[in-house]
Amino acid sequence: MKPDDKNIKWAEEPKLGLAGKSYLPLIAGGITTTLKHLVSPKTTVQTPEERHEMADPLGYRGVHRLNRDEQGRVKCVACFLCSTACPAHCIDIVAAESPWPDREKYPQSFSIDELRCIFCGMCEEACPVDAIELTSLYDLAGKSREEMIFDKEKLLSVYDQTKDAEPMRTVREQTEKPS
Amino acid sequence: MWILLEALIKITVVIGGVMTAAAYLVLLERRVAAWVQDRRGPNRVGIPLTKIRIFGLGQPIADGVKFIFKEEFIPGHVNRWLYVLAPMVMFVAAIVLFAAVPFGHVDLGIDGWEPIALVVMPGLDVGIVYVFAVSSIAVYGVLLGSWASNNKYAFLGGLRSAAQLISYEIPLGLGILGIVLVSGTLRIDGIVQAQAESGVWNVFTQPLGFVVFLVAAFAEAGRLPFDLAETEQELVGGFHTEYSGIKLMMFLVAEYLHMIAASFLIVLLFFGGWHFWGLTGSEPVAGIGLALLRILVLLAKFMLVVLFFMVARWSWPRFRFDQLMDLAWKVMLPLGLVNLVGIAFWIEYGRPQFTGAAEWIVMAICGWVLLFLSWLVTTLVSPSAPDNRPRLGPVAADLDAKEAASP
Repeated sequence: MKPDDKNIKWAEEPKLGLAGKSYLPLIAGGITTTLKHLVSPKTTVQTPEERHEMADPLGYRGVHRLNRDEQGRVKCVACFLCSTACPAHCIDIVAAESPWPDREKYPQSFSIDELRCIFCGMCEEACPVDAIELTSLYDLAGKSREEMIFDKEKLLSVYDQTKDAEPMRTVREQTEKPS
Repeated sequence: MWILLEALIKITVVIGGVMTAAAYLVLLERRVAAWVQDRRGPNRVGIPLTKIRIFGLGQPIADGVKFIFKEEFIPGHVNRWLYVLAPMVMFVAAIVLFAAVPFGHVDLGIDGWEPIALVVMPGLDVGIVYVFAVSSIAVYGVLLGSWASNNKYAFLGGLRSAAQLISYEIPLGLGILGIVLVSGTLRIDGIVQAQAESGVWNVFTQPLGFVVFLVAAFAEAGRLPFDLAETEQELVGGFHTEYSGIKLMMFLVAEYLHMIAASFLIVLLFFGGWHFWGLTGSEPVAGIGLALLRILVLLAKFMLVVLFFMVARWSWPRFRFDQLMDLAWKVMLPLGLVNLVGIAFWIEYGRPQFTGAAEWIVMAICGWVLLFLSWLVTTLVSPSAPDNRPRLGPVAADLDAKEAASP
């Protein structure tokens, strides 16, 4: 491209007046901005004493939970749709014949490797019975890799911990319908 | 024997105080930096093994312990002797500066005792010269460290730092020469005493000298907007790129000590040292209570200047290196000379014609007019950085091509 090409726009330096050349407005402006921020309210959230305020905790994709039905049993029917949908292959299900009459299979063991999980939420979308859901818990930590593989009991306990703040989607849809 | 003991006690107090101050000023700097950026800064480290936090006051201890216990890695490609020597040179040069910072004289009221000068080196007639001589030794630390590191980034940082420190020595000196002329002494405690007796701080009568000295002091301390030697964005860490562990800490503390020393000098030379109107009196020797009050006044002023250093860091963008050099040689050096000549004229022709308060008022007016005029002239002449922006027009390569084409 030649320097006189029509597509080149030549920018000129802005011409400074006497005030600009004396640097005084710039010096004053710089220090005013700094002082303004020095006393302005701080945006840091002091975890763990304070928690982040989430705009939509129900839409957040955090730690998984396994939902219970009305009788307190695990809702999962061991259909393997979630582990098939999972792009990170972090869900491991061992199915067994169900002891209950309303379904054929139930998960004998159900474990999620939270370290492999990428929190995409596809398991939640794939589930036909709304048994697996992502909660708004985001601060999961452990001291070993084994500890971070959540088994069925752990995932059910996450449900017990969060069911009041974040009801199941089926429950939500039922309560929302009348209004 | 007693003199030796006295000196030892003073050295202990000064080194202990200065090192503690450096550690806690680092914490303060981090907090101020955080506040300016709408953060909170380190506020969680308190007393170890408890949950007591005390505003993060334990942070400097944690930092120090971390630095000491980190692996001290010496790369294989360095010049070991100089590599080890450099932080020591820089650290020693920075800390011996404080031997000349006077806190006044105290009379303990015990019979047969002379009044004690609260300075490690009492009666140092060459005070200011000593300060400059010692502070410029720091250049050797930077140069040795950067050269011995055998690393391009460190080398570039060292080159920049050396050029910057040597350039700004001159305005630094010129800024003070006016004060030396007016006070008639090179002793720092003498200059403070002169300000206390007249009750007029030098900043009121010599604003131009103050501006020159302030800018030069920022540059000497290597603080933003003059921290070209260690610009993280372009030079990794500058001259201390290859250092780790306690050697790195010595470099960083030495730089901090430079800032502390610069703040003390600004207070002592321009803001009246321990003097404050109606509070501290102006006698050279004070009793214990008054001496303590004077120390407090001096430290309060010092803290204000340090806070200005910290706030200034986040207020103005860093200079480009050619702009930095232009500022030193084309702006600050002439301004310093103007100030010096102005003060010399005043002492020779102006001062003898006034007495009492009129002398200081006229001097202050002249000083501020001089500042205004010289700033205006600088603005009009505007020796700013050359404009090397590309423009539309014949490019050198095109002209060459044309010349080659034509027979």
